[in-house]
Order: sequence, then structure tokens, then C-alpha cells
Amino acid sequence: MKKLKTYPEKCTGCGACEEMCALAWNDDAEKEKSAIRIHEDGKGGHKIAVCDQCGVCRAMCSMMSLETDDIGVVRLDQKSCTGCLICVAECLRGYMFYHDELPTPFKCVACGICVNQCPSGALEIVGGGQ
Amino acid sequence: MKFTERVANDYRHHIASRDEIMAMKQKHKTLATYAYKPTKIDRGYNNRSLYISVGGDFDTANQDPLQNKIVGERNVVIGEKAVTETMKEKFVGGKGFDLYHLWKAVKDDTKWNAPENNVVISPGPLCGITQYPGTGKSLVCSISPVTNLPFDSNVGGYFGPFFKFAGFDALELQGIADEEVIIYIDGNAHTVTVETAPEVAIDSHILCEQLHEMFAENDADKENISVIASGRAAEHSYLGCLNFSFWDKRRNCARIKQAGRGGIGTVFRHKNIKAVVVRFRGLNGDLNNPAKKGLINAAGVRLHTEMATLDTKQNNMRKIGTANIIEVMDRYDLLPTHNYRYGAHPETPKIASKVFIEKYVTQNVPDGCWFGCSMSCAKAADNFELRTGAYKGSKVCVDGPEYENAGGLGSNVGCFDPHWILEANFYCDTYGIDTISHGTMTAFAQECYQRGLINLDDTEGLDMRWGNGFALNELMHQMVAGDGFGVIVGKGVRQQKRIFAERFGKPTPEFESMLSGRSWKSIEEPTIDKPIPTAHFNKNLADCAYLKSEGYDDEKVLGEIKGTMLENGGANNDSAFIATPARWEKIAGIPTISRTEITTWPAGKPYYSDDPDCAYTNGRPWIKMTQEQVAEMEDFGMENKGLEYSEYLMKESLAQQGGYALCNKGPQHDEAWLIFMDMVNNQIPTFEDKAEALHYFPMFRTWFGLLGLCKLPWNDVTPVNNKHEKEPAKIPEHVQNYFDIYEGVTGFKHNEASMVEQSERVYTFQRIFILRMGSGQRKHDMPPGRSLGPITESEYLSREERYDKLMKDAIGIDPAGKSTEEKVKITMDYRWDQFRQLVDAVYKRRGWTPNGIPKLEKLIEIGMDLPELVAVVRPYLKDEGYWPSDSQYAKYE
Repeated sequence: MKKLKTYPEKCTGCGACEEMCALAWNDDAEKEKSAIRIHEDGKGGHKIAVCDQCGVCRAMCSMMSLETDDIGVVRLDQKSCTGCLICVAECLRGYMFYHDELPTPFKCVACGICVNQCPSGALEIVGGGQ
Repeated sequence: MKFTERVANDYRHHIASRDEIMAMKQKHKTLATYAYKPTKIDRGYNNRSLYISVGGDFDTANQDPLQNKIVGERNVVIGEKAVTETMKEKFVGGKGFDLYHLWKAVKDDTKWNAPENNVVISPGPLCGITQYPGTGKSLVCSISPVTNLPFDSNVGGYFGPFFKFAGFDALELQGIADEEVIIYIDGNAHTVTVETAPEVAIDSHILCEQLHEMFAENDADKENISVIASGRAAEHSYLGCLNFSFWDKRRNCARIKQAGRGGIGTVFRHKNIKAVVVRFRGLNGDLNNPAKKGLINAAGVRLHTEMATLDTKQNNMRKIGTANIIEVMDRYDLLPTHNYRYGAHPETPKIASKVFIEKYVTQNVPDGCWFGCSMSCAKAADNFELRTGAYKGSKVCVDGPEYENAGGLGSNVGCFDPHWILEANFYCDTYGIDTISHGTMTAFAQECYQRGLINLDDTEGLDMRWGNGFALNELMHQMVAGDGFGVIVGKGVRQQKRIFAERFGKPTPEFESMLSGRSWKSIEEPTIDKPIPTAHFNKNLADCAYLKSEGYDDEKVLGEIKGTMLENGGANNDSAFIATPARWEKIAGIPTISRTEITTWPAGKPYYSDDPDCAYTNGRPWIKMTQEQVAEMEDFGMENKGLEYSEYLMKESLAQQGGYALCNKGPQHDEAWLIFMDMVNNQIPTFEDKAEALHYFPMFRTWFGLLGLCKLPWNDVTPVNNKHEKEPAKIPEHVQNYFDIYEGVTGFKHNEASMVEQSERVYTFQRIFILRMGSGQRKHDMPPGRSLGPITESEYLSREERYDKLMKDAIGIDPAGKSTEEKVKITMDYRWDQFRQLVDAVYKRRGWTPNGIPKLEKLIEIGMDLPELVAVVRPYLKDEGYWPSDSQYAKYE
């Protein structure tokens, strides 16, 4: 299964990954439009919130817009998605995001664009033959 | 494995292939084609409605002007009407718009079957948002066949939202077509057509599949279609329902939700409309063009999160929907059992929600009836194999069971077999019958039967004892056939009371000789072990193989029935089974009288009437019941204003007795459900408390009907901190969610007072509307005795401890030494007195007179002092001495 593996202990909280993700996928560097989110953990370190492709979100989608592809990545079909946001709540870990300016929710599809932006090596794409 | 591969509902052989369906379409003749201009919805409104008359001549002078009107063949008329700012301010949308149009369409004396009666369907301004649960409701109004009053019913499915996105805020269907038609609204091509539809089915589960297929461009397009349909039984019953379809992508089939109550399906079929079809492709969450989308999104995610985290600990709505409360109701003595005699039954575990979950309902599927419904209560039993009727042997998808079905088709008729409940549920839906009324009206007939008021002859051989699931379904098959006892039952409790009273009395000794001991009246008590199958009377429905497998000796039973008929003067062939009036007059001196003479005809003396309904009694003479028997039926016939009670036992909750009987449309619990507040939690002890609850909750719930919302997400999951709220019963956090999504769509900020006022306008309008149509006074709000307390000794004894305690503590009479009969009377006198006091308190709170008439001051206060409304209340207020004499009111004279 292809996914973005995280090493929070290496994260410096610079936010470069958030900016890059938002820019690449939503054409806007606002971090609220990013599918990866960095939070302070309250102990001086950081938590990285990003989808691990578990697929729990798929079950409640009546349009079947969320499907796991051949390499194990859960993808949202924006064309059929009605923007109901049920999947946002179904992901109890909070890895499915939405933004009021965007018509559909979004999540990490393990594209890896953030990996090269990370100055501290806290992100890595694993699985999926890559 | 995909879900669609696991489910194989094999009823498709009834549906016909795509080629055959397209051949059916070729036979449609277009009567009118209407092209309309696309609009962009502005904050929830299209600002126009669609009007269609399917044919016929009637007066439309009082209606709003029709724009872009076209007249097609056979006098089909299509046009648009403007939705004005005044309409939005005073009527909001949904049920408000429906009643607005209906008021203008009908005359004071319009009955349900008049061509001017209007079926109005409106989605409401919040309808169609996808981010918050329960936002896909359509509201349907019409003059009801059972009440002959304006009636409103709400329903899920995709029609409302698709219709709104096609470009309209309301749909009016007026007139009567001279042959079967369907109406097709293409929301992408912006056209409306009325076309004849000679070959497509009528029963909903077949028709919906056919029309999804017929109007979709390809398989993927089926999800963009929604159909309104009814069924064949709606044609011979007064309790026809409307089915609204949605395409279930996972099950790969059309599912249906019901605008069940009040018989609007009967009106729809009477208009010769087979279906209304809408198609809309391009759904997304922003089509209402909301003012503040962020408010909607945030509220939606809050509620989705509650559902994701709390539902399994609270109500299990996702797992079994409303049926989760079957055992809860039984535990609290609230499950209507044997026509509302009791509130619980030892056999309830056989129909507990667990049974349906484990044996019938398909799990792990999102079951919302509109997008964004994380509550997903629309359960379905797939691969359900039918045992009787037109589709026997088919494996079908049953929409249900809802709680109401388990109550109405289960405990209330004494049926504790989950299969029969689901089978009745399926047939009610596809034949187009309201499950709730079917339960209550069957329970009434059953109680009449078990009390000996009617017998096996009257039911034409159908054993109406409690628990006969076969009879429950056979009644519906008879409604389809338009023949048999089922046709009488299908007219509802109020008509049953009249018909039984006119026909099914027993001859007094003085007149007994007129019948010369003929055996058709000789079976006083049911003596058979098994119900006699009535399939013999409906040969097209006969299913001998099944009956034999159930142990019936088919030939023997048939022989008995034939023998009975022969004794009655029939000849030895099928066609002579029916004894004609002339024959009766000749052999027994029984006269034929006109309908008007029936009222003065003596009880117990056989007669024959020229009433066309006589056809249903297969030539038997009629005998009127005694006054005592009629009064007995009044006491346990569970209807008010003509509508059957829904399925909650209200006997021990005074507030709920009021919630039912004071309901504008008749006793349906969607105005108020106060049993727990009142009886279990004792939160509203005084008359004033109850009156306040009977003001706030009906207004709050009316609001759902104005906006196009479902009530369930309001209180079928509750926030963790709700119990610490000042008024937990209101669920304030969820009410705030509704204010948020209202503001999100329309831009207007609501609070409790403004919300209540918005509802009060339409609620009061509806009250005056029913007054205009001949109801709406205090006497019309009086319920049957059974709804107030124990009217029989057995009911009293079933809760003797409770009632004795009540007598001692509340009434101040010592029950010791009193007979049960005396105790029943004392209790019921007290209950009636309490009920009258409650009515006084509620009327006062609502700003009505003691006769239930909205006061002029109230109309002015809420901005509903419209001339046509004042004209209706004026004579009543003057009669009662409530017309204000101050000079400031002179302009209302």
C-alpha cells in the first residue's frame, strides 16, 4: 500500500509541506487548504496529521466517490462527490479535510510532493512500488 | 466484493428489459411540451413555481396569475407562477407554499375527488443542501380523502432537491386527466412534458425501476432521476400514499420513501397520474447559492461527528433506523397493542429490532434518503421473498421496517411475526397504502370482529382475529382487486364506523324471519382454527399451493363457502353466487331504500340500499346496528378528524393525548411527541406546562415542514452535554445548528422567537383553512375515549395498580370495594375532565378562543390579518362573543 509515512520526531514545524500541498492541489498556499497538517504536540514537538489510507471513510459515501485504487491509495472522485462532508467526520483521526471555498473535501493521496519540501526528512513515501 | 454483487433482488423479471421499456416509451403520446428559462437559485429560492393541470374544467379565478402559459392537447395546461416576497415572508416555503396554493385552488366545499383539488409539492428553502443531515424533504399537501381537509405529509427521496435544482419552488398538480399520464421534468434540458403512459406499471417498485430506466441516458444517469408514484391499492382505498424514489447506487436499484399519511396517493391516482419524473444532473453542495456556506459546513461536520461517535451508544439509527424503539416502547408500556388496548405484549421480543437486524436488514450500507444524511435511517431488507399476492415468490427490497410499521402492522394488529410485518410493509409501499393507517384501520376492524360487532360473514370469510398476518396482507390484495372486505377497511376507520353501522347490524327477533334462518348471519363467533382464505373470492389472487402448504383443505373450504351461498338463494354456478336486491325482495320481503332514508331506518331490520357501495357486499341485505353498538365503535375507533392515529400509545400521557387530538391535520405525531417529557420524565406537570409544550413543539416541528427538513437528526442523536442544558428536551445545540444552516442559506439570523413566529403564521393559517373546510372547532378536536384511558374492564385490569393509585391520589376516591365497571367510569370521567382542561389551556396559549378559533388579535400580532382569513374567523368570533369591539378593529368589519 502506497502511503506517506511520517516521522514526527524529526518535524521542525516549518510548515513547508502544508504550503506546498495546498499550492499544488488547490492553487493557493493557505495551509487550511492542505491535506497535511502540522500541529504542536504541547511538549515542544510536533504532530503530523495526514491520511494513512486506512479506507474507513469509504463506507458511508453513498455516491461511492471514495475508492481505494490499485496501489492502495484512497482517492476521492471530485466529479461525483456531492460535498456532503460525512467522510470528514467518519475519519475520527481528522485526516479528511474541507474548506469553505472548495466544493469537495480532500485528503492526502500520497503524491509525495511534500516530501522534497521537508528540510528535516520527516516525510517519506512508502509502498506502491515507489 | 462490491455490495451490488452480493444483493440480487430478483424481481426484475416483472420490470421488463430496457428494450421493452423503450418500446413502452414509444407508445407515449406527448400532450404538452413546455420550455422554461433556467434560473440561478438565490439563497434557497428559485422565486417561481410550476403549475400543471392534467385536464378538465374547473374555476381557477382565485389562483395567482399564470405566466408563460401553454395549453396542450386534452386541455393540459402548464405555466409558472411567481413566488413573491410576501409569500416568502408569510409562508416561507415547503408546507407553507403548499397550503398557500391549495387555499387558492379549492372552494369552501371542495372534496378530495374534485378536479380543482390540488396536489402541491414543495421542497422548502433549505432543501437540497448536502452538508447537513435530513435536508432532502419534500412537503406534499392536498385535500385528503379521509378528512376532506387540507393535509400535509413529508417525504424523503431525491425528488424535492432535484425538482428545486430543475428550477422551481413548488409544483401544483391540478385537474383530472382523461387517460393515464406521466409528467416529466427535465432539469437539464429545461422542459416539462405531459405524456400519456398506457403501458408502464402502476405499482411503485416496478414503475420506479421502469422510469429510472426509461428516462436515464445510460446506467450512470439513473442516479439523476427521481420518480413520484403510488400503487394500485391507492385506487380502491382512501389511504393511498405517494412514493418518492431515489437511486441506491450501492444496491443498484430504485428505493422509495413515502409521503404516507392522509391519502394523497389516492388523490394522485384519481387524477390519473401514474408518475411525476424529474431528472437533474450536476448535483453539488452549493446549488442553493447559500449566503454563508461556512455556517452550513461547520454545522454539518458537528452533526456528522456526533453520528460517527455517539450513535452506537445512543439510538443505533444507522443500524436499524427508527425501529430501534420497538422494544423501548414495549418497555415503557407505549407500544400500541391490539388496537391501542395495551402498551406491551409478551411476544414483542419476536419483533424486536435485533430480530430485524440479524435476520432481515442489510447492514454496512449508507442508507440516507438524501445526500449528507449521516443518520442514514432508511433501512432496507434485501432479498426478501414474498409469500402472497401479485409478486409472490419474488425476492424484493423492502424499504423498512420503520418503527411505525412494526407498531401498526405488528403489535397493534397482534402480529408478532417479522415476516408478515415486512411483507405487509412491502405491499403497503408498492400498492401505495399508508402503513400507519393500514395498521390502525385493520386493528379497528379486528376489534369489531373480536367483540362480535361484525362476523365472518361480514368480512366475507376473512378471519380478523389478532395476529393473522395472512389477513393483514389479504386485505391489501383485495384493495388492489377492488373487491371484498378489504375495500371497506381501506376506506379508513371513520368510513368503517359508518359502513359497519349501516350494514353489519344483527336482526332483532322481530325481523329475524325476514332472513329465514339463512346461514350467512349465523356465524356469531369465530370457531375455526385457521383463517379461511379469501382467495376464492379473488380468483386472480388465489394461491392454492401456498394455502395447501399451510394446511388448508382447499376444496373443503371452497365447498363450505359455496354451500353458504347456495343456502342464500344462489344457484350452482359462479355467476349466480351474488344474490340481487330483487331476489332478496322476492324471497324475504326485504325492501330497497334510498341513501337518505338510511338515517331514519330502524336498527335490526334488514334493508337494501341503492347506494353504489352495495356492490361491495355481494348482494347481501344490510342491517343497521343499534345506537349502543355505534357508540361502542366511536369509543375505540382510533381516528380524529377522519385520520387514523399513528402508532404510539398515548393513553397515560395527557400531553400526548392533546398532541394527537389538537393536531391540525389529524392525529399524527409529527406535531408533538411529548410522551417521555410528560409521562416518563415528568418535566411538564401542570396544564400550563403542557400547554407551553403543545405550543412550542408543534411550532418547532412545523418549521421543519416549512424549510424542507427531516425531524430525526434533531433529536435522534443528542450532544454529550445536552443533559446539562436548561431545557434539554429542546436540544438547544441542535436548534442552534438549524438557525445556523438557515442563516447559511438565506442570510437571515434566527432566534427562538422569530422561528416560532414564522411557524405560527403557517400553523394558524392551516387552522383557519380547516375551519374554512368545515372542521377546526373544539368539537372536532375531541378524541375517541380509548385514547384517553381504559374504556374496557380488561384495559383497566391490565394496569389496575396504576389506575387504582391514580383514583386514590389524583381523583380522591378510594377504589376499595368498587367494581371494575365502576372504576372504569370514574377513571374515564376524570380523564375527560382533564382533557377538556388541557384543551382550554392550549387554546389560550395559542391565542385561540375556547371554541378553538384563532382570535383577531392573534392574527394581527403575527401578521396574518389577511382579509380572506379574517372573513373565515369573523362569524365564529362574533358568535362566541370574541370579536373585539374597539374602534381600532373597525377596519376588519
